[in-house]
Amino acid sequence: MTTNEALIKYCLRLGDTSLILGQRMAEWCSKGPVLEEDIALSNIGLDLFGQSRTMLTYAGEIEGKGRTENDLAFKRLEREFFNNLMSERPNGHFGETVVRNLFLSAFTYNLYKKLSLSKDDTIAAFAAKSLKEVTYHLRHSGEWMIRLGDGTEDSHNKIQQSVNDLWEYTGDLFAMNEVDELLIAENIAIDLNEIKPLWNNTINEILERATLTRPLDGFMQKGSLNGIHSEDLGHLLTEMQFLPRAYPNSKW
Amino acid sequence: MSNTNKNTKEKIWEFLSEIPDPEIPVISIAELGVLRNVELEKSKVIVTITPTYSGCPAMKTFEDDIKSKLEENNISNFKILTVHSPAWTTDWITDKALEKLRKFGIAPPIRGTEDKGILFGSGSKSVQCPLCKSKNTSLKSQFGSTACKALYTCKECFEPFDYFKCI
Repeated sequence: MTTNEALIKYCLRLGDTSLILGQRMAEWCSKGPVLEEDIALSNIGLDLFGQSRTMLTYAGEIEGKGRTENDLAFKRLEREFFNNLMSERPNGHFGETVVRNLFLSAFTYNLYKKLSLSKDDTIAAFAAKSLKEVTYHLRHSGEWMIRLGDGTEDSHNKIQQSVNDLWEYTGDLFAMNEVDELLIAENIAIDLNEIKPLWNNTINEILERATLTRPLDGFMQKGSLNGIHSEDLGHLLTEMQFLPRAYPNSKW
Repeated sequence: MSNTNKNTKEKIWEFLSEIPDPEIPVISIAELGVLRNVELEKSKVIVTITPTYSGCPAMKTFEDDIKSKLEENNISNFKILTVHSPAWTTDWITDKALEKLRKFGIAPPIRGTEDKGILFGSGSKSVQCPLCKSKNTSLKSQFGSTACKALYTCKECFEPFDYFKCI
């Protein structure tokens, strides 16, 4: 594997995670529990789509086959996506969305901080820019965790259940392969073993303030590095890619 | 392009500065800090812009407006570059523009109070209501009518208002 091949995979991972989570946010549009939250979730989605565009465009440029951000978003199949499994988890109830967003934004927040020092200028710029936005996302999900966890008996139980259910997808966030190995050596990527303790600190602090219990690590789902996903991604793509597939090469 | 030669960098910057923000028409793209640079490379005009937020849907409008403005001034040899570094910050909004925002009904960003904290309490500040000037206001949501604004409510005049949040 060449550095460029690894770089394409790495950019797709970053770009796909933002894209797929962004699409999940878009699914909330007009269905939020209150108007303010409807707007908040859509706004978070918008930030994520913007972030994704930078990485997909860059991946297309490095590849050099003329694929644009749109080609990569709308014309790839399930197995060609490298987003973290967490990002494709269905929205569920509002609390479930909050937990998923917390797990992911605590990850990207800590990752982007380090990645903003990447030797690759485009990745460093992407990370520095995205970090400012993700800080707000993390704050949003963190605050709701505390409100719901330390809320009523019902809200506490429901969000604890979501924490337990989603825990098995947290392992996939820190999975690495030869792509990482190659790019870490070039000072482009970050060793995720360095991110894990930072993520743990963020999560532990919020869970504690939310009076929630951290589940014990048990069976962990994996597969995103190899494009292996849950059935849910297929359904998401079916909706997201419908228009460009039904009407190829149409323009606004 | 003989026409381009008559246009100095300063002159091009001047007329591009007149382009208003599509969402907040009282301030220009230069005052907002989105217009970063104008360069002349031989006869080619290079205009550099940067997005406020990664997903800012106004970026396409910015580009289209810059394109028409250049063409209006008989410049056809140009390139519009979008850069992400250094990342846009509310500190780039000029003082004059902050006052214009206030008059328009948007509470301007309070300098040096970037919400760096990841939990509430860490970024608390008093935002003045742009309508009745009271400081007795409360944050409703960090996400408002556009990506760059938060939603506040005034506890004195009971009006909701936008706050241009710091990044």
